[in-house]
Amino acid sequence: MTDTPTGSSDRRGADGAAAYDAIVVGGGHNGLINAAYLAKEGLRTLVLERNPLVGGAAITEECLPGFSFTTFSYALSLLRPEIIHELDLVRHGFMPLMMPSSFHPTGDGDYLLLGDDHDQNVQEVRRHSRRDADAYSRYHHDLDRVVQAVRPLFDSAPPDVFGSDGTAGAGFGPDLEWVRKHLGGVERRVMHDVVRLLTGSASDWLEDYFEHPAVAGYHASSSIIGSKVGPMSPGSGLVLLFHKMGEHDGHLGSWAFHKGGNGGFTQVLARAAQAFGAEVRLEAPVTAVLTAAGRVTGVALEDGTELRAPVVVSALDPRRTFLELVDPREMPGEVVDDVRRMKFRGVSAKVNFALDGLPTFPALPDTVDHFGGFLNIGPTVEYVERAFDAAKYGWYSERPFIDAAVQSVVDPDMAPPGKHVMSCFVQYAPYQLRGSDWDTERQRFGDTAQAVLEEHFPGFGDLVLHREVVTPVDIEARTGLTEGNIFAGEFLAPQMYLFRPSPAASRYATPLAGYYQCGSGTHPGGCVIGSPGRFAAQRVLHDLRRDP
Amino acid sequence: MIRTTPFHERLSELNTQGLYTHWQGFLSPLRYTHAPKHEYFAVRNSVGVFDTSPLFKYRLTGPDSSRLLEGALTRDIRRCAPGQAQYTLWCDDGGFVMEDGVVFRHGEEEFLLTAARPNLAWFADLAQGLAVDLEDVSDDFGVLAVQGPRSRQVLEALAPEVGALGYFEHTSAKVASSAVTLSRTGYTGDVGYELTVPAADALDVLDAVLEAGQGHGLRPFGEEALMVLRIEAGLPLIDVEWTNSRLAWSDAERVTPTELGMGWMLRGVPEGDRAFVGRDALRREAEQRSSRWTTVGIVVDWQHWDRLHREAGLLPAKEAHPLPYESALYDAAAGGTQVGYMTSFTYSPVLQRHIGLARVRPDLAQAGTELHVETVVNHTNTTVRAHTARLPLFNPPRKTARP
Ligand SMILES: Cc1cc2nc3c(=O)[nH]c(=O)nc-3n(C[C@H](O)[C@H](O)[C@H](O)COP(=O)(O)OP(=O)(O)OC[C@H]3O[C@@H](n4cnc5c(N)ncnc54)[C@H](O)[C@@H]3O)c2cc1C
Repeated sequence: MTDTPTGSSDRRGADGAAAYDAIVVGGGHNGLINAAYLAKEGLRTLVLERNPLVGGAAITEECLPGFSFTTFSYALSLLRPEIIHELDLVRHGFMPLMMPSSFHPTGDGDYLLLGDDHDQNVQEVRRHSRRDADAYSRYHHDLDRVVQAVRPLFDSAPPDVFGSDGTAGAGFGPDLEWVRKHLGGVERRVMHDVVRLLTGSASDWLEDYFEHPAVAGYHASSSIIGSKVGPMSPGSGLVLLFHKMGEHDGHLGSWAFHKGGNGGFTQVLARAAQAFGAEVRLEAPVTAVLTAAGRVTGVALEDGTELRAPVVVSALDPRRTFLELVDPREMPGEVVDDVRRMKFRGVSAKVNFALDGLPTFPALPDTVDHFGGFLNIGPTVEYVERAFDAAKYGWYSERPFIDAAVQSVVDPDMAPPGKHVMSCFVQYAPYQLRGSDWDTERQRFGDTAQAVLEEHFPGFGDLVLHREVVTPVDIEARTGLTEGNIFAGEFLAPQMYLFRPSPAASRYATPLAGYYQCGSGTHPGGCVIGSPGRFAAQRVLHDLRRDP
Repeated sequence: MIRTTPFHERLSELNTQGLYTHWQGFLSPLRYTHAPKHEYFAVRNSVGVFDTSPLFKYRLTGPDSSRLLEGALTRDIRRCAPGQAQYTLWCDDGGFVMEDGVVFRHGEEEFLLTAARPNLAWFADLAQGLAVDLEDVSDDFGVLAVQGPRSRQVLEALAPEVGALGYFEHTSAKVASSAVTLSRTGYTGDVGYELTVPAADALDVLDAVLEAGQGHGLRPFGEEALMVLRIEAGLPLIDVEWTNSRLAWSDAERVTPTELGMGWMLRGVPEGDRAFVGRDALRREAEQRSSRWTTVGIVVDWQHWDRLHREAGLLPAKEAHPLPYESALYDAAAGGTQVGYMTSFTYSPVLQRHIGLARVRPDLAQAGTELHVETVVNHTNTTVRAHTARLPLFNPPRKTARP
């Protein structure tokens, strides 16, 4: 570190390397949130980010002048409200824009268009099935009850069930007794639904409510996001539930665009962290976490710089945290083993478009409002399940599922007037292709996605000014998310809660003293939630208080 | 018979809901779409259009028109030059607020005054013996509010003059070949403009604005969105925040300008020489510090709000639907005595908090004072913690920024 301004000279340790109270490796949203909380408590905190901008999987980039692309993640829902308030994010520009609608072409030229008025939604469902009309209300109520039942567990650190913390973590987070008491208070039927969702398939769960294939298909779409499951696979229920855990403006499961995209959100986080006194250094890739006598002493950067701190928090995924940043031999074999067998099989890609105008859906030629939120291209459960088939055998879907969004419709600053940006989250695109590789397949894959869009929006191709294909390999290369898994570890029951990322290290500490983890590979998991960053900060502060 | 505004024909085509309320005898949309919050975000993030034509409008001309307003209005009209506008109040002899409005000065001897309720007789009585021509021109004009961060860009395409307007300035301009008044005014607390348009040209002007707004996320917004916007902006509403003192039954219903949070309008009144209706009472109030209330913003403690609801097994509601009734405010002491009342309350999407407009005892008005707000959870009266805050609660620099 050269040219240290006066005032931060106290950050130099005895050996001349900079000294901080805490160093956070990785400036994704969790790293920034973690750093903001630590700095808020007075810790001299440094964030080291490899890329030239913060945000990780939540960035916005201008790929074409005037067009802002949400390169990877594109919508906000799960962010915990506590974080908004505790970190004073509104002051720094936090602004979630409501998605006024959700649009689901039914594959036969018709559509399901849902909005903010429950009664009108019921009528819209009823247009397709009279029976599904009242099921729609029951479905949402039952799901909301499940969300409420699991929310307290989602919103607190996992208890130390296996005693892996020793005495060090005593008093951090709720204990098993609290969990037992909470679950004991959940109604029997709701508890049964919890288990059905956590272990079963989305399609089994949906079958109890909906008869119409497109109505069920619409509700199934969130059951496969980022996961190597089809809606008929056991485990897809868990993914569906996870995506309903959001509480945007008090509405369960409702989604928003952050102003300026999810990259706009991580810029807000960076400002908040800096306002609390954290320092953010860009283009500073960390190659190793330094240790001495069984505890952390700092980090080494790619350029050879060594920075000292008694606390190092990895905001990367578990593979990098446990197998790359530290010598796995510093870790107990059990944890190393758990992380090695953790599943990261990325199956998601992005195809982002700059468009010369809005696409046309033939049944709604003159309106715009169906473009206000998600455009859900995956008409039925069967369509999506068939899209999944290819992934099982190492290939991408010939007719993929697409979750598209045209943020520029509600946020005109994303594109020049009259032009648009369309983000398409596309599945399935397995990280490992059999018999080819992503460099070879990139454009053909893009064509495949575009062909599906053309099917639903005839003339789509004529609008395309620019196309960006982001494969799972690109996701991994640019964010560090292993195998391009968007959640830093799949959402499988044995990889959640007490077991995320390992039953021996699920409480943000690691077996190496002073080394912590705050990425999406910890509870509650991936998505733009912020809880991993927040809980890990609580853990660090808890430990410092016990053992200053 | 309910009336419609000059913009109604076109705006009603854009209304997919058929939901209207009545505003001074006119149809006024509650919302245009299923999602009033989306309309709200047009104003906070792009541009929204609101039909504010039902306002009453009075033209004053003649050599004594300034004198009339000097003596009638609470704010000093002499500080308003041609090309400027003032938000103002008028009071009764007791110094209680009757109404509010915006006065546009078009020339030394020419004004246009807007008002929420009819006021012709009151001003005409005051004009006796003065050389003023006072005319009710309410039906001659439509007024279209174009509000939000993109409003300037949209209107500049129609009338470049808009670019030079400072906060509360106005100019005449040609839009769609109609002679309109363009003013940098509004009721949303954001950067925004109003177009005062001859009624016969209303549809042409509206069409031009809608056209210019394409690609900028422009959409019409209704009263539901407006209410959230104006609460965030700290803008009071007659018959919600106060009652016209001439129509009130008791002083408890009445407020003075200071009590309404408009004490700033009285700058220069104690020492000045301007005689106006209510002056003596207002001077006395200032001298004796006899104001009963101070208007403040209320920000609800989010943690307490969430906890109250969760412990009752409910999802903490965060609805941007202003409450249609008043609630009591208590001090923070156990058992709490009532120290004020909240007149407006809503969830604010941009502030991510429940907020309100309230009047509290002046000794509790300091920003940050803890209070308890009356609320109902599971059919049971309870209170939620809150604190007072300076108004306006939402006040982006762009609102008043020089062009
Ligand atoms: C294509 C895609 C779409 C998605 N869509 C959504 C969505 O719409 N909504 C949603 O909620 N979630 C979405 N997600 C998931 C969500 O974005 C991620 O789970 C989340 O952003 C991960 O955040 P994080 O902070 O844990 O990790 P990351 O965002 O991965 O941050 C890790 C950071 O560490 C940096 N880094 C890596 N290695 C090093 C090193 N050696 N030294 C220094 N820095 C390093 C990286 O550059 C990165 O900035 C999506 C993800 C992807 C990939």
